Amino acid sequence: MPRYLLPAALMAASAAGFQATTATHAGVDFERQVRPILQKCLPCHGAQQQMNGLRLDEGHAALRGGYSGAAIVAGNSASSPMILRLTSDRQGFFMPPAGDRLAAGEIATLRAWIDHGAPWPSPRKTAPAVRSSSHWSFQPLVKPAPPAVRGRSWVRNPIDAFVLSRLESEGIAPSPEAVKTTLVRRASLDLTGLPPPPELVDEFLRDSSPDAWDRLVDRLLASPHYGERWARWWLDLAHYADSDGYEKDQVRPYAWRWRHWVIEALNRDLPFDRFTIEQLAGDLLPGATNEQRVATGFLRNTLTNREAGVDRAEARFEQLVNRANTVGTVWLGLTVGCAQCHDHKYDPITQRDYYRLFAFFHAAEEENVDAPLAGEAGPYLRALPEYRKQRAELLREFEAPALQAEWEEKIGGAIREPGKVLEWDFALTSMKAMFDRAERVLKTEPARRSPRDQARLTDYFVRSPGPALGRDKKTLERLKELREKLEKLDSGFPALTQAPVMVRDQDAGGGAHLHLRGDWRQKGIPVEPGLPAVLSTAPAAPGADRLALARWLVSRENPLTARVTVNRLWQELFGRGLAATAEDFGAQGERPTHPGLLDWLAAELVDRGWSLKQFHKLLLTSATYRQSSRVRPELVSRDPDNRLLARQARLRLSAEAVRDVALAAGGLLHTAVGGPSVRPPQPAGVAELGYANSVKWKESEGTDRYRRGLYIHFQRTTPYPMLMNFDAPDSNVSCTRRQRSNTPLQALNLLNDPVFVEAAHALAWRVEQEASGGFGDRLDYAFRLCLAHPPSAEERERLGRFFDQYSGILRNQSAAAGPVSAWAAVSRVLLNLDEFITRE
Amino acid sequence: MNFLEFQRIQGRRAFLRECASGVGMTALAQLLTQDGLTAAGSTGVDNPLGPRPPHFAPRARNVIFLFMEGGPSQMDLFDPKPALQKWHGRPAPESITGKLQLAFIKPSAAMLASPRAFRPHGACGTMFSDFIPHTAARADDICLVRSMYTDAFNHHPGQLLLMTGSTQFGRPTLGAWSMYGLGSESQNLPGFVVLSSGVGTSGGATNFSSGFLPSTYQGTLFRSSGDPILYLANPPGVSMEAQRAGLDALRDLNQARYRDTGDVEIASRIASYELAFRMQMAGPELLDFSGESERTLEMYGVHKEPTRPFAVNCLLARRLVERGVRFVLMMHASWDDHTQLNRKLKRNCDITDQPTAALLADLKQRGLLDSTLVVWGGEFGRTPMSEVRNTQEEDNAGRDHHPQAYSMWLAGGGIGGGRVVGATDELGFFITEDKVQVHDLQATILHCLGFDHTRLTYRHAGRDFRLTDVAGSVVRKMLA
Repeated sequence: MPRYLLPAALMAASAAGFQATTATHAGVDFERQVRPILQKCLPCHGAQQQMNGLRLDEGHAALRGGYSGAAIVAGNSASSPMILRLTSDRQGFFMPPAGDRLAAGEIATLRAWIDHGAPWPSPRKTAPAVRSSSHWSFQPLVKPAPPAVRGRSWVRNPIDAFVLSRLESEGIAPSPEAVKTTLVRRASLDLTGLPPPPELVDEFLRDSSPDAWDRLVDRLLASPHYGERWARWWLDLAHYADSDGYEKDQVRPYAWRWRHWVIEALNRDLPFDRFTIEQLAGDLLPGATNEQRVATGFLRNTLTNREAGVDRAEARFEQLVNRANTVGTVWLGLTVGCAQCHDHKYDPITQRDYYRLFAFFHAAEEENVDAPLAGEAGPYLRALPEYRKQRAELLREFEAPALQAEWEEKIGGAIREPGKVLEWDFALTSMKAMFDRAERVLKTEPARRSPRDQARLTDYFVRSPGPALGRDKKTLERLKELREKLEKLDSGFPALTQAPVMVRDQDAGGGAHLHLRGDWRQKGIPVEPGLPAVLSTAPAAPGADRLALARWLVSRENPLTARVTVNRLWQELFGRGLAATAEDFGAQGERPTHPGLLDWLAAELVDRGWSLKQFHKLLLTSATYRQSSRVRPELVSRDPDNRLLARQARLRLSAEAVRDVALAAGGLLHTAVGGPSVRPPQPAGVAELGYANSVKWKESEGTDRYRRGLYIHFQRTTPYPMLMNFDAPDSNVSCTRRQRSNTPLQALNLLNDPVFVEAAHALAWRVEQEASGGFGDRLDYAFRLCLAHPPSAEERERLGRFFDQYSGILRNQSAAAGPVSAWAAVSRVLLNLDEFITRE
Repeated sequence: MNFLEFQRIQGRRAFLRECASGVGMTALAQLLTQDGLTAAGSTGVDNPLGPRPPHFAPRARNVIFLFMEGGPSQMDLFDPKPALQKWHGRPAPESITGKLQLAFIKPSAAMLASPRAFRPHGACGTMFSDFIPHTAARADDICLVRSMYTDAFNHHPGQLLLMTGSTQFGRPTLGAWSMYGLGSESQNLPGFVVLSSGVGTSGGATNFSSGFLPSTYQGTLFRSSGDPILYLANPPGVSMEAQRAGLDALRDLNQARYRDTGDVEIASRIASYELAFRMQMAGPELLDFSGESERTLEMYGVHKEPTRPFAVNCLLARRLVERGVRFVLMMHASWDDHTQLNRKLKRNCDITDQPTAALLADLKQRGLLDSTLVVWGGEFGRTPMSEVRNTQEEDNAGRDHHPQAYSMWLAGGGIGGGRVVGATDELGFFITEDKVQVHDLQATILHCLGFDHTRLTYRHAGRDFRLTDVAGSVVRKMLA
């Protein structure tokens, strides 16, 4: 018999759990009996810390529950998780997890209290806690005035005032300006990723007008190679690749279409706020253009696990996690990924915040669309009727429609009755891994399927006809023949470039949930899309979508995007961000060395309409940028990391640029902009490392072998070795700053890789063909091509000696030894110089 | 980040220590100390690859990890389950299968007894199957762990967990952690070498990535034919004399630039070219087996098929360890026998068994086994139930992925041989004693190398990371 009996009316009244009085209810005195017990839970579930989102010091919150839902079911202690956990013996489930268990009497009191409707007398109607943080990066962006400095003559723009002010306070003078040959090569490498053409160097050296530098910068900003150079910067953040990743690592034949969009967008200086919005939600813009849809390919750089044994729901969960983390890293500069499993330990990001961000991507799904480049649509449309006719005829001739219907029936059976026929179960599992949205398409009446889905279903069937037909040798032969004929048909007709994009998911099927411990199987409370509470005080609008998220990211309300972005742009040109931890603007990140400058730059980027080209010009035209990079012995111990910016930095070029400068010096570089990825020569044995020998590396032919590094096909499980040797990111997660290692494998790569040897030979050929005169004149020319300056006397003397020595070696070698000339040997030395692969 | 930290991370002045005795390097030390430019870090503590002491006296100096990719079938090799005979062809009891998560098959799949014959081997009497007689003959050197389990049941996530302690991308691998912790003792070879055989793994390069550690710590892929290291050979027509002449000119020009700019990164580059040259000299010597006795070559199976490719890698692994290479990862793919288990498993055993056993014997006879930890195993095991993908084919049955209980073995380097750790239930579904999670294995490997796995950490993105994430404890029963 229960000790406490409550009138039914009172039970009903207390269903909400609140009582207006502190009175004792049927013998349970909350303040005297219950609260002291709950007090024991408060170290983990109190005001300071809310493990699993639960707090028990406050009525509203306690009765709402935590991330896994209600802890207290008013009126029903038997199904209240609180009681279940207090009484369980299961490791990892029972509460409290450490220390003494509650006494039986205490639990009985809690039970009674809950069974009485869990009345919580005078719940303090505390306003919903407004999370706030005094951390620097979360503060509103206010543009500071540039400080006054004594050495005003050095100051070219406000950047310099901030830098000089700090230097003056330390009693350090800035470095002198770098020599013009260094400056022109520096600017060219920074803005286009290529060495300056000799004509450009000559022109700049001749030009003694005061705006010579400005005009040089403008010319470089207008170069189509600007978009390539800065696309690579963005590709690192987006973790772009040409394959799915994971075991199967299937090639993504049209991933490049998004890269093409990025290059083009940067070249036309699409403002960074538009750049953001189109990539996260271009498809949701009113009257979205095709190119705006293509921009959403940013979100298609997530890996896809096509291992057949992977649950599709798990694979999708991983993708959403990746998207949320990428957005957190790229725009917020926060390690939001920590909150996938629990509230962030250092930053005010709760697990609920995390899944609210995650929820923005829940209502989106992947789709591939036609995305023709200029000139493709006309011929395609003209040929389309004929193509359709021939395809239909071919399918009829091979009785494909009937066979397909039979196959659909069988594989559909595996959906309806799993476990009945093992072979078809397996066929279905495999199909679901390889064929996106397989179940939904199969369940749709053929007549109601989109033409695209119907065509790809037929193509899938013809390639994978399943176990029943697979054993019918004759039919199998016929289908193989059909496949070949279809391929032949396709290759004979003009095709449209495709693009991987995101679209609104029409039937996302319920909302998103918080996932307990970050486990895809353990759903917690439902969550609506929303912004991290610490950054946005406005309540989320109902039905907020990706577009709302994107607009908020670049709104005045969010101070992080501008700060994080200018810091990364700075990092590219000075080797180190003003805040060194470009990936973490949270409490664990490093504070900026020049906080005023960082905020001024961030505000300036916004004020200039988010124009990246204008921002680049601002940086390049500062005196700070134009300083010499020579190390100053007197500052080595005082400022070893050059945090004070008393000089520029010497930076080894990125992996792609190392390739590009060598090909450019040799005159081999094919400078076409945009388009599909290429496969330059790669040593045997590299692709073979991929899963089950499935990775094929068919070398590109002709000019495609000589394209810039950013176009090299990136196969996630077997990346191009030269890129990896020089610290290109592995593209599995967002990379905010590359390392610059210095290893013997790099030396071997530059010395002996046939690509670089060929570049050296080509340079030698140019020197011998294009220059006239003696050794000295030719050496001058070679230096101009490689380093944009003439050799010093010491360099001239040493290379002269080497040239003679090498000629001697060649004379003593048998003729069969090879065609290596002394100039090729000199060229090889030049292409291996530290200076050659360094931006000084 | 202070200057020393910065230097370490940037790989500044890498390899200086190794290069001290190098060709044409006499000027370098002088070069580095002149001008006062390097006073801040001239004590030589900042070489990222120089040997470093671990937390306590290690039992193992080197590791050879024989990574058997795909999940070898434990109940056909290491963990006999005679009780399966009674259940053969029938579904397992629902009380068991309800708890399973399966990749391909349904819980109602029929049980599959192993046709293998098991018998005890060595003085210890450990049971091994007839598919691996050579390995079985080393029973007294081997610590067989029958109670491994993992949290991932698909290949790539499973491999990430085994190698990096997490199913998320971007973490450093076991080999990279070892390099980070201990540095390299090799004078002219990379400290973390990867050898591959078979068809290529699911994880590919992620199995030897340095993750967020400096890329200096990533594994270097060696090929077992041609140049062992990519781009090791001179271009056609360039003799060693010519190469040296070019390197001398290059060094002089780089030195001039170093004097001019004061950037120690140039000194580091000069040193790395000298090490590259020494690697060019050492590579061919490494691959030259002419100094190996005929008996040795025969023991490994270098001259015959199907053992040859794996035997070459095993012999290379021993030669690498002899030359101070810290961590050798040998990947053999694939043991993922969803179908035709009897045929495919035999094939892999025929390829690997003899060379593997020869490696153990050879290390032992040279006194290297005590200081070399050998680890054998995959990312998970296989189900007691059968998987059939073609009902018409004879002997088509295979086994699905089984993360809940599987076997691995270890030998040498601080591990006690001739013993078995852990046990599974009579049908092989679940572990009944001494559960060893992947993180426990990692903690134990690090322990053998002299590390407290909770203290070998690296700060990244605002927190300290470690190989074992937030789990793992050393399995004392494995230790000698």
